[in-house]
Amino acid sequence: MLSREVSDVSAKPRVATASLCGCFGCHTSLLDIDERILQLVDLVDFDRSPLTDIKTVGDCDLGLIEGGVANTENLEVLRAFRRHCRTLVAVGACAVNGGVPAMRNALALRECLEESYVRGVGVYHPGIPRDPEIPLLLDRVHPIHEVVKVDYVLPGCPPSADTLWTFLTAWLSGQPIAFPYTQIHYD
Amino acid sequence: MSTTLSLDGRPIPFTPGQTIMDAALAAGIYIPHLCHNPDYAPHGSCRVCMVGVGGRLVSACTTAALDGMTVESNTETIQSTRRSIVQMLFVEGNHVCPACERSGSCQLQAVAYYVGMLSPHFPQFFPQRPVDASHPDFMIDFNRCILCELCVRASRDHDHKRVFAVSGRGLASHLVIDSPSGLLGDSHFAASDRAAQVCPTGAILPKHRGYEQPIGQRLYDQAPISVVGDLRAQPGGE
Amino acid sequence: MGEPVDSKVQAFVARSLGLYGQAPEYLLQHLIAVQQQFGWVPPTAVDALAAALDVAHAQVRGAVAFYAFLHDQPRGDFDILFSDNITDRMLGNQRLVGLLAERLGLGLDAPRADGRVTIGLTSCTGMCDQGPALLVNGQAVTALTAARVDRIADLVEEGVPLERWPGAFFRVEDNIRRRGLLLSNPATDGASLRRLLDGGADAALAELERSGLRGRGGAGFTTALKWRFCREAEGGDRTVPRFVVCNADEGEPGTFKDRVLLTSYTDLVFEGMTLCAGVIGARLGFLYLRGEYRYLVPHLESVLARRRAEGLLGKDILGQQGFDFDIAIHLGAGAYICGEESALIESLEGKRGVTRKRPPFPVISGYQDRPTVVNNVETFLAAARVVQWGGYWLRGEGTDQSAGSKILSVSGDCARPGIYEYPFGTPVHRVLTDCGAEEVQAVQVSGAAGTTLAPAEFDRLLAFEDLPTAGSFMIFDRSRDLLDLVRNFAAFFAHESCGFCTPCRVGTALLRNLVEKVAAGQASAHDLQELRDIGAVMRQTSYCGLGHTAPNHVLNTLDKFPAIYRRRLRSADYSPSFDLDAALASARALTGRDGVADHVEEEA
Repeated sequence: MLSREVSDVSAKPRVATASLCGCFGCHTSLLDIDERILQLVDLVDFDRSPLTDIKTVGDCDLGLIEGGVANTENLEVLRAFRRHCRTLVAVGACAVNGGVPAMRNALALRECLEESYVRGVGVYHPGIPRDPEIPLLLDRVHPIHEVVKVDYVLPGCPPSADTLWTFLTAWLSGQPIAFPYTQIHYD
Repeated sequence: MSTTLSLDGRPIPFTPGQTIMDAALAAGIYIPHLCHNPDYAPHGSCRVCMVGVGGRLVSACTTAALDGMTVESNTETIQSTRRSIVQMLFVEGNHVCPACERSGSCQLQAVAYYVGMLSPHFPQFFPQRPVDASHPDFMIDFNRCILCELCVRASRDHDHKRVFAVSGRGLASHLVIDSPSGLLGDSHFAASDRAAQVCPTGAILPKHRGYEQPIGQRLYDQAPISVVGDLRAQPGGE
Repeated sequence: MGEPVDSKVQAFVARSLGLYGQAPEYLLQHLIAVQQQFGWVPPTAVDALAAALDVAHAQVRGAVAFYAFLHDQPRGDFDILFSDNITDRMLGNQRLVGLLAERLGLGLDAPRADGRVTIGLTSCTGMCDQGPALLVNGQAVTALTAARVDRIADLVEEGVPLERWPGAFFRVEDNIRRRGLLLSNPATDGASLRRLLDGGADAALAELERSGLRGRGGAGFTTALKWRFCREAEGGDRTVPRFVVCNADEGEPGTFKDRVLLTSYTDLVFEGMTLCAGVIGARLGFLYLRGEYRYLVPHLESVLARRRAEGLLGKDILGQQGFDFDIAIHLGAGAYICGEESALIESLEGKRGVTRKRPPFPVISGYQDRPTVVNNVETFLAAARVVQWGGYWLRGEGTDQSAGSKILSVSGDCARPGIYEYPFGTPVHRVLTDCGAEEVQAVQVSGAAGTTLAPAEFDRLLAFEDLPTAGSFMIFDRSRDLLDLVRNFAAFFAHESCGFCTPCRVGTALLRNLVEKVAAGQASAHDLQELRDIGAVMRQTSYCGLGHTAPNHVLNTLDKFPAIYRRRLRSADYSPSFDLDAALASARALTGRDGVADHVEEEA
């Protein structure tokens, strides 16, 4: 059985997850660990995560970040995770190097927005949205290590369930984190 | 006179005139490389094949093998240096593996796996490089070009066409195509050219074919490049 | 200058082809001529040259894009490039750039709407002892002041052609402050050539060997050995052509002694080349002159013509039948890498100046893959004197491993910048005393690629065994912020990396960006470690000397002057790689939003 040393022996490690500019594919891959998720919920408590619907991150032992940084909300969430999580992990291609969303970096922001909201097919009320509730976009999508310090990296689009499981079990048991060849891929 | 060098403690025979890379490849020992392809003269530009000789790092592909030479290759220090170089290649271009048809059978990616690269580490440069899809059979995605000049060499030395060249300097160095418009479609490039086959990344890709072999079942999805070797060594490779 | 009509361009290219011939090696010389004539290289010229020289369009375009002084877009009628070495900066060039840009009403690098003028920056132009300096249409202007810049603005606005600008603007002083073995006497009457003809090549080589002369370009290879290797290459087969190349691509920031040697010791330099030709059996030599010194071409050509008339060059030199040798001047076009001998040879062959794989070395396979000696200007001069006066003459000064003297280019914070010749083995502090440097904080020896010295090291010796130097000696007093030096050099290397190998191409750009991050007060301790790590990779793995030495200034100052970095750190731990708030500027502009929520606060 897995165990992990934590400061408060009675408490289970707390884990938070978030998707920034990603597709939730990495979260889906986490669910792909199938029945092992029952083991996982025995071993950890989930804090903020789409899985719990908790909206703000509290102090955690582990933060898993999917997605790159594309707007002010991403920035805010990422920084909150960095403040609250002892260990922060970049999960998946978008968090690692910007991934597919960063392909918009080939264009200036104006071109992107005009293509979507002004010239695009099926646009009825052309105009770049300016509602203050919409998070403002960065001129480029960035990987998360360009904003905060990242402790571990799990590449893949998404990383496979086995990759995530290898990581989680090693981390929980305090073992060195190492992967078999087939568990590391960038696609 | 016996001609043998020691590679990570293993005696490797070689013929005078061979480089360290030649000797290692002939002995079935993998030294990671990107700009090197035994069909063409050594180039020495990617710097991925650095090995330790006499306390210094030298490129295995351009350094002559010498009798009694002691060569270090698979050490953690050297792998870490190679990793930094591969990371430089990754941040210099736009390598979006999930969106690349070459993924899984890409030498850049396979070498990155081999040297243990998990992330690009450095800040991305995110250069803006338009794709050239003007040719009926092939496309060039300059975002994936690592300036190994294999296409330049293949076109010049094998196809005798000089379709490709490198222009600019420093980080602005870039591949150019020899045609009045600068477009591949207006050049003498043909799908049958050797230059069409030598790209170690997804920069030069055939059109009209996509994902015939599913992601996950490709060459380097199954086994490391140190075991299965370069693309050129594969059945159906050049 | 706008679009010239095609026929004019074609006619000009035809004239250039008539002048230089149709050898592909002359591509770069044709391109330089076209650039000088039209202010850019129009597509018509690319087409005409590709056809006439039978080279690929891509090669022609590749060359244009490689050399900083060639342009595929029109520059202004007056193309003004301010020298931007750290010494120019210390003399206030940035204020002068701003002044001229304001007077003429334009920004950097884009021609003014009327096509009259362009202003830009360029790497060190070799006028550090009389800066700030600039190049206007390739001609050097020195000793810039606000008044001089003001006058230049008038001349540009009035469209006065360069020939009618005040001659004083173009005056270049020698500023020789201390003469030693080499500088004591510029005169020669071909004595070394007579010695060669009297005693033969072996005797001449023996004198060179006895002298212990080593290359003055910095690397210090034994000259006699280089010449002997070249002479004996190809099994000594005399029918194989050999070449002599004088490396006058004096591009190392802070170096300008070759400028003076080519100005006032010209005969000795050409005599050294001729001597080398006699020893190795070459019939053709090249003086590869950096584009920044093109103002010297008429003078150099006149000396060559005189030497031909005097029988010191050309056919049957000094009446010796079969001793035929002539020298052609090839211009560079703004590429520091071409100071590296194999890149220089590529450039001589008309290509992009990319370093060659070595071995084979140029003595075996150089220009046109033939045996070639490439030596520094100062080396040829010294070689001529050694053969004239004997090896012991040079041995009389210097140290065991560094015979003779070294000519230094002294600039920066001192009362008397200029040329100083010292015996090898002279301590740094002696130079500082002689040139009137006070309150010295640091000395940069051997240029941007060299060593940054702190005061505790000023007793180190200028010699191959301690501080090898190509001659650049830049002084920084205590009023200077040494991070300005680091920023200037980091930008220089990012601009000058040829781009061939990964660690130099990408590493120089990464270093530059990190140094700018430090300067902006945005860096963390993590970034300082990154600087060290990237520097180490570049040092160990780069393809040529440029990449090996490009991180020196960063690594030296991190060790010796850590405070210039530490006092600017924003965080002890980690900070973003880009300016978060600035990254929102375009979105703010596109949406018209500018509330508190539309900005990002820095985190402590």
